[in-house]
Amino acid sequence: MNRPIRGQRRAGRRALALALAALAVVAVGCGSDSDESSSSATSASGDTIPVGILHSLSGTMAISEVSVRDSALLAIDEINAAGGVLGKQLEPVVEDGASDWPTFAEKAQKLISTDKVAATFGGWTSASRKAMLPVFERNKALLYYPVQYEGLESSPYIFYTGATTNQQIIPGLEFLKEELEAKTLFLVGSDYVFPRTANKVIKAWAKVNDVEIVGEEYAPLGNTEYATTINKIKQAKPDAVFQTINGDSNVAFWKQFKDAGLDSETLPVISVSTSEDEVKGVGIENIVGQYVAWNYYQTTEGSKNEAFVKAYKEKYGQDRVTGDPIEAGYVSVHLWALAVEKAGTTDVEKVKEASKGLEFDAPEGKVTIDGENQHIYKTARIGQLQPDGLIKEVSGSDEPIKPDPFLKTYDWATGL
Amino acid sequence: MNAVAKLLPSSAPKPSAFVVRFALMAVALLLIAPMVLSDFRLSLLAKFLCFAILAIGIGLAWGQGGMLVLGQGLFFGLGGYCMGMHMKIVDAGPGQLPDILTFSGQHESLPLLWVPFSSAWFAIPMAILLPMAIAALLGAAIFRQRIRGAYFAILSQALAGAFVIVLVGNQALTGGTNGLTNFQTFFGLSVTSPSDQRILYFVVAVVLLVVFLATRELALGRYGRLLLAVRDDEDRVRFLGYDPTRVKLVAYVVAAGLAGLAGALFVPVVGIISPAMLGIVPSVEMVIWVALGGRTALAWAAAGAVIVNTAKTNISEQFPSTWLYMQGLLFVVVILFLPKGIAGAVENLRALAARRQPPPAISRLTRRRPRAPAAAEESV
Repeated sequence: MNRPIRGQRRAGRRALALALAALAVVAVGCGSDSDESSSSATSASGDTIPVGILHSLSGTMAISEVSVRDSALLAIDEINAAGGVLGKQLEPVVEDGASDWPTFAEKAQKLISTDKVAATFGGWTSASRKAMLPVFERNKALLYYPVQYEGLESSPYIFYTGATTNQQIIPGLEFLKEELEAKTLFLVGSDYVFPRTANKVIKAWAKVNDVEIVGEEYAPLGNTEYATTINKIKQAKPDAVFQTINGDSNVAFWKQFKDAGLDSETLPVISVSTSEDEVKGVGIENIVGQYVAWNYYQTTEGSKNEAFVKAYKEKYGQDRVTGDPIEAGYVSVHLWALAVEKAGTTDVEKVKEASKGLEFDAPEGKVTIDGENQHIYKTARIGQLQPDGLIKEVSGSDEPIKPDPFLKTYDWATGL
Repeated sequence: MNAVAKLLPSSAPKPSAFVVRFALMAVALLLIAPMVLSDFRLSLLAKFLCFAILAIGIGLAWGQGGMLVLGQGLFFGLGGYCMGMHMKIVDAGPGQLPDILTFSGQHESLPLLWVPFSSAWFAIPMAILLPMAIAALLGAAIFRQRIRGAYFAILSQALAGAFVIVLVGNQALTGGTNGLTNFQTFFGLSVTSPSDQRILYFVVAVVLLVVFLATRELALGRYGRLLLAVRDDEDRVRFLGYDPTRVKLVAYVVAAGLAGLAGALFVPVVGIISPAMLGIVPSVEMVIWVALGGRTALAWAAAGAVIVNTAKTNISEQFPSTWLYMQGLLFVVVILFLPKGIAGAVENLRALAARRQPPPAISRLTRRRPRAPAAAEESV
């Protein structure tokens, strides 16, 4: 190092100044939010009440979750138009979970401690919920989770507004057994927690119902090659297929299923994660006549649903469709608002207390919050894909089913 | 200041400038940041500092050693899962099964794979040693075969991908795609309490500073010179009588150990470890941090991890639906105009400033000539 000392010093100083400037930028960026103490989200002292919406707006899950954000925003608009909650307008704070589970945890914490939201609506995959659960429990803040899931969970700070297994999967299985008289089933799913856990439940159910499981196949999320799986299905010759494929892979599965010469006549498939929104991507010609199990369809009868579908299309475009998680996202916000009105405060513990047994006339019919496990009573509906891309209800439960996330009321499910 | 000076390698050029810079960085991390940042922002910074530890490893292996390590997620994950398993067992209490295992319903008692992780004396060394051992085995095989460049990059990436498949496929043992979450305590600290999270921040910051000093010493010494030489011309080094395999192996193994350490610290700080954080895409992202910061300088590699992640957090908070486009655009701009990352931009600025105030002609000459070696030295 033979550099002149003066230049060297100057260079060093300049580097220092730059490093400091960079640090300052980082610090300013980090500290842009003023005073925040991580207390529970009880503050609603201003003229508005902030509420969080946390869905994946980017990444593989965006295709499904963006619509749920939209329906939650629609519900907030409706509530605000009707005078708000406790006389205050709701102010949505939207964050992107980016299909990345630590990001969900990070953004949940940000909504709670920086934005001081009174409640958060969000999540889709089980992994995102599992990542957020400790955040909400630790901050004693509320999360409304709007998607059907694998059950076996009941957090005191989460309201589960989608179906648990006994409100969707078991009715789907009963439909296959009783109405389609299926004796053998083939299980196909995406490779993650929901399909694997769902299939475990299905296998336990099959054992006591004289139904044989002739195959079980998983492919990673985002998989687009199902030819091998479909060949295995053809060889196993099941009476029906139980399908738990999620996201983009549905497009590939249904197309290749049809290309293999299979259709609803030769081999009925029941899916628990294909809703109206996904059908648009799949193409109705590939899937027409097949079955799905949910708790709500765009075609569900009732004036409440007519109004909901009309409002949704008016706000987001006539080509948009509603579907089960979209409706559950919408119901979540209304259930929370009702509970806050009933409690007279946004205080989390009081809102929880007020939520017990709370009823709401939802687009899917009457829903009731189960005070014990914070899931909601839902009507099971089996639907069949129609040529117009919508789903027609062909079977279902007569009344809302009591949620049983741990399947305690089913003898065959002990030890799951 | 004296204490810091003692830590410095004697061979360091310009010790005074470095000491000042390092001391400032330490003050910023240990005094200023905890004072100005809220609990939430501080724990975010702790997460980014974990990434910075990993980035220093990439800076060594890639920047100094020329090995494009596209699969660091594997080592990060190994470290994270070692720590995660230990914390889950401790949370469950003696004789109890962690919730992740009861959830799968297949285990009567702790599965064999989990048993040794009951002990912190096993789990914590393993978080660092296991990645190092695997890197050593892999590296020995790969480098001896003289596999380098794109082939090495693809191989390391495939390993990260395969690791994810193994984790997801063994849901009953690993928690599948959900990974390990919902931790309560970390060696008596409650990971859910803000004040204990602050302590964790200090732990991470101190580890980062120590790691930086140690790696810098490695890179500045005789070994570092050899590593640079191997990067620039492996065959020539071999003809000179050195064994490039061993030289590369050390850097690769150190990088893996640092990734494991980062993963182990990440778990108590963030409270989750899942396959989504270790796959191919996150592994590529790790390299991007270093590319953006500046791969030839360890400090800039670490800074890159902090800057990119801070930007990611802040941009996505401001523009939740369009932030990915902006981030992508930012990457393109940096790669097009600042191929050497932010470090290169700083260097250019410095050169610009020097040109504006022309020093005496004679010193200019002397400055120009030793440019190449100077740049290499300065970079570390």
